Amino acid sequence: MAEHVVLRHREIPGLERLEVYLEHGGFEALRRAVTKTTPQEVIEEVKASGLRGRGGAGFPTGVKWSFLTPNVFPRYVVANADESEPGTFKDREILERNPFQFLEGVAICAYAAQAEVAYVYLRGEFWDVAQELDGHLASLRERGLLGKGLFGTEYNLAVHTHLGAGAYICGEETALLESLEGKLGQPRLRPPFPAAEGLYGKPTVINNVETLANLPPILARGAAWYRTMGTEKSPGTKVFSLSGKVVRPGNYELALGTTFRELIFSHGGGIPDGRKAKGILPAGASSVILPADERILDTPMDYEAVQAAGSALGSASVIVLDETTDLAWVAMKTSRFFKHESCGKCTPCREGTYWMLHLAERVERGEARLEDIDLLDTVARQIQGKCLCALGEFSTMPVVSAIASFRADFASRVADGR
Amino acid sequence: MLADKHRETIEAILAKYPPAQRRSAVMPLLHLAQQERGHVAPEDLEEIAALLGISPTQVGSLVGFYSLYYDRPGGKYRLQICTDLPCALRGAQAFAQALCDRLGIEIGGTTADGLISVEAVMCLAACDRAPVFQVQDPSGLHYHEDQTVDSALQFVEALRKGIGRG
Repeated sequence: MAEHVVLRHREIPGLERLEVYLEHGGFEALRRAVTKTTPQEVIEEVKASGLRGRGGAGFPTGVKWSFLTPNVFPRYVVANADESEPGTFKDREILERNPFQFLEGVAICAYAAQAEVAYVYLRGEFWDVAQELDGHLASLRERGLLGKGLFGTEYNLAVHTHLGAGAYICGEETALLESLEGKLGQPRLRPPFPAAEGLYGKPTVINNVETLANLPPILARGAAWYRTMGTEKSPGTKVFSLSGKVVRPGNYELALGTTFRELIFSHGGGIPDGRKAKGILPAGASSVILPADERILDTPMDYEAVQAAGSALGSASVIVLDETTDLAWVAMKTSRFFKHESCGKCTPCREGTYWMLHLAERVERGEARLEDIDLLDTVARQIQGKCLCALGEFSTMPVVSAIASFRADFASRVADGR
Repeated sequence: MLADKHRETIEAILAKYPPAQRRSAVMPLLHLAQQERGHVAPEDLEEIAALLGISPTQVGSLVGFYSLYYDRPGGKYRLQICTDLPCALRGAQAFAQALCDRLGIEIGGTTADGLISVEAVMCLAACDRAPVFQVQDPSGLHYHEDQTVDSALQFVEALRKGIGRG
């Protein structure tokens, strides 16, 4: 088992207090970055580490930063703390228990991007977390670890929190920017990408909380150290949020490339009451659902291997279904979520999620006819490839894969006589 | 008027954003209005719009779009139970129904004393501690995790007694 890189509070009691964080080398990575290296050198080190975005897309972080339009200022950094994917609860643990490592990561990212203002966009439900972060930001300003002329240099940095108000779509980075600008959280047409025209039309870097929390250890211990964990293409550790039908649900920080079997059975204690695993959603509700057979259980959880198995690692929110779980019910639940969360901008998603839910409920109530199963599949497929952002695509994945892999669950619900 | 009572808070909110980007303050100001009144009223839309130089319709559209804003009164305490997939796999749907039965209301309803509304909501990022609900009230939003029907009822009783003492 790899050591904790972002969940270090599991070993260090009190790490959520600034004194304790400083005693354990806190803000030394930022100090060194700001006083001894150029922003470009920070970007190169993060590129060399192979760190990939932990919010779901898995895009190389250093590469993302290098897309910033040169010589256009001001620039902004936005931390995406809108964690809303059903099955994901890792960022909240980091924000509550290891907040200063996250904030140091924000500052490192801002220095690399040459941004002097950063925002932390939190989902509105993280009200208490935001209050705590505001207190932490005040302590950092008092200590001179944020503010004007950091460490005696010319570099200034201000960090502010911003609370959302309940909208899954705001986890999508361009919808998040719209929301931060005071508008409806609806995705933008891309290009331009945020690195060219982001917040207030200025070059902007948006990174997930877990991604940012990885930065201080990477700078402190070096890219080569980071690459000793995980796989060649998916280096480092990942916080896996394990939920559903398992004995010990929770967050487990493990090397990328750990198998589903190790997560679910060694760490999660297996399935309650000795029942068998039936299906796995590796990326929360936005998953192609995998049958929990021996081959899948032995699949390493890294970006490449999960994709090769037919799904995606995403934010690594592993929801486990057991043999008592009805996949027609699962398709109804995920459809309800996406119908509620569709922002309404793209017709295929807005209307498609409505009709998917309508059909999935009809199946789930036992009122459907056999051809309704195919109609549900057809409606889902008609959404695919036709929307501005990934939400529409995500909404179809559990439905199409549930019908493909677990058709008997749907067929058994079909009304008698048809 | 919000501005009479919360001038310093409003100024602190506006100071977070560039002077030319006051509109960014609309969401925190809506939160402030809702904490004051329990929902967002038409006069709040007018006042926030005037503060930011946008139209009341633009402010109002956000109230409709974002789940945590309400345009009409509900219970003083809004209990929002997650019944999404991971929580439902751990009994959240049955928990929500049983709690509402004991309170004598439907899911989505408000108790006769006007104190408690219960709603079923989407994922709250606490899937490992289901059943879970959050309480939205004048002091903000707070999580209650690893709940049972009894623990939730005890919490409701405590709220009622608190009101009685007040």
